Amino acid sequence: MSALESAQKIKVKFGDLISEPAEFRGEITVKLTDAEQINTVCEFAKMELGFNYLVDISSLDNYGEDPRWTVVYHLRAIDNVVEIRLETNVSEEKSELPSVLPIWRTANWHEREIYDMMGIRFSGHPDLRRILMWEGYPYFPLRKDFPLAGKPSELPGVAFTKISPMEGGPFVTVAGGKDAISREPRIRNPEE
Amino acid sequence: MATVQDIEIRDSAARSAQAADELQDMHGEKMVLNMGPSHPATHGVLRIVLELDGEIITKADPDVGYLHRGDEKIAENMTYTQFIPYTDRLDYLAPLANNVAYALAVEKLLGIHDKLPPRCQYIRVMCAELARISAHLLGLGAFAMDMGAVTVFLLSFTEREKIYNLSEAISGARLTTSYTRIGGVMRDLPPGWVAQCQKFCDEFIPALNEFETLLTRNRIWVDRVRDLAVISKEDAIDYGLSGPNLRGSGVEWDLRKKQPYLCYKDLDFDIPTGSVGDCYDRYLVRMEEMRQSTRILEQCIKKIPGGAENKTNEPVNVADGKITLPSKQKVLSSMEELIHQFMLVTEGVNCPPGEIYFGHENPKGELGFYIHSKGGGTPYRMKIRSPSFVNLSIVPKIFVGTLISDTVAILGSLDFVMGECDR
Repeated sequence: MSALESAQKIKVKFGDLISEPAEFRGEITVKLTDAEQINTVCEFAKMELGFNYLVDISSLDNYGEDPRWTVVYHLRAIDNVVEIRLETNVSEEKSELPSVLPIWRTANWHEREIYDMMGIRFSGHPDLRRILMWEGYPYFPLRKDFPLAGKPSELPGVAFTKISPMEGGPFVTVAGGKDAISREPRIRNPEE
Repeated sequence: MATVQDIEIRDSAARSAQAADELQDMHGEKMVLNMGPSHPATHGVLRIVLELDGEIITKADPDVGYLHRGDEKIAENMTYTQFIPYTDRLDYLAPLANNVAYALAVEKLLGIHDKLPPRCQYIRVMCAELARISAHLLGLGAFAMDMGAVTVFLLSFTEREKIYNLSEAISGARLTTSYTRIGGVMRDLPPGWVAQCQKFCDEFIPALNEFETLLTRNRIWVDRVRDLAVISKEDAIDYGLSGPNLRGSGVEWDLRKKQPYLCYKDLDFDIPTGSVGDCYDRYLVRMEEMRQSTRILEQCIKKIPGGAENKTNEPVNVADGKITLPSKQKVLSSMEELIHQFMLVTEGVNCPPGEIYFGHENPKGELGFYIHSKGGGTPYRMKIRSPSFVNLSIVPKIFVGTLISDTVAILGSLDFVMGECDR
């Protein structure tokens, strides 16, 4: 069974909940319109279509758009070497969707990481703590409105470095016709 | 001077209650032990909070993130080419393999990953396999050293030194290689490199045989690692393990065979798998993988297009001025090349909008890059699927019921690196 056939089967089973499979560079992507159903779709993919291996879960911040979050699941069927990508959107007000931990246990740390970096919560996750940042850190650093330079926090005993001076030449610049200081993305406030 | 006097309780019921209390203390009290973040057996800065009942672990909670540098955030703010040096610092025991994985991911987004010049493909395969041997040698050496076999560590570092010399010869750096470019490699192999690589292969197999005599049938080694931390086939898949840890559990999955990239289709090699899924199997799989990598290297040396010194001037970069930098001579003499060079340096390689995932069989497992592009020279979002991070997530399961002295063996057999885990 090819990736496209698998995607078609999901489409047949769930109808309007699933978008038409899109293909880019030989990879098949299907979008799920209702994030609440992610569990049901994943369970079907694992039980009926043999997608027993969850490669990765990633998240996207579509800053300035509604819905703001996209959660991306990469599924793989180890036995017949098929991969598909499953995407679902989550609105900013809600920022929550069901955990797929009961289906693949590897989702545990992936979901914790997404919570840590983006602030999207997974309902039904038994242990949704920060994983890469420390407990009590107040921000979600991978959000687009979080500046590259970082933000100071009230936490005691945490070392912060200042924004590096521009004289020695910035390390990273964004291309464009402006001067060196305004091309430095760490100084730029994403809200502007 | 104060004296201590035991008071005997006369009441027999009270006496038995006191005895029960003492018994309770003996059985029930658990100790929480903090291991790491700076512990020689945690290969970096992994911290594990262990709950112990005597010497037996009842609960293990790994705490990662001490080496978090925000690589994914950094990637969003620079061009695709500028991120290559950051990939060196993911799995810093195999920087060449990370370079290859990242370049292939961006090339997949560009749609040129299967149109690379043949010589470039062979060079990249050789880099990836050298990196695999180097990473496995360190993993093996550190594993053995944690168990008290220091000799293996010293011997394996002698061999690693030769690989460092090879990587210094091609890239100018021993650790921070940054050898690949989008659409090719930094430069062609230097003169004499292939012969040096052949010499390494010739010397490596006898050295590997020597390591085997020290460990594979060593009674102490086998007693300590056999039947320890058994991971079943189902668990390995369920927890998303990859690389030697997955194969050690008997799952025949190798991206080089299952989703062949570069020129792996034309090369002959086997995938070793374990039968039990214990630490010993993972060790055996790594040993065999090094032999297979040497086999691949020797085939590459024979088959590399253009030969060792590239007498026929085979290209090593894609012939597309919008992707790879033109030669300096052309930049100075031709208008179009000058424009291409200027655009590539300032704006980066212009990638089409779209999203791709590329998984590369790295020494530690599947290193994947998910790139979401909105067009232009920088990714909108780049997620790094690091094998060490995923492999470590099984620790709370396999640690339970083992002895505290076994933790170092299990960690050694999982073979992770924190630079990649924490990103």
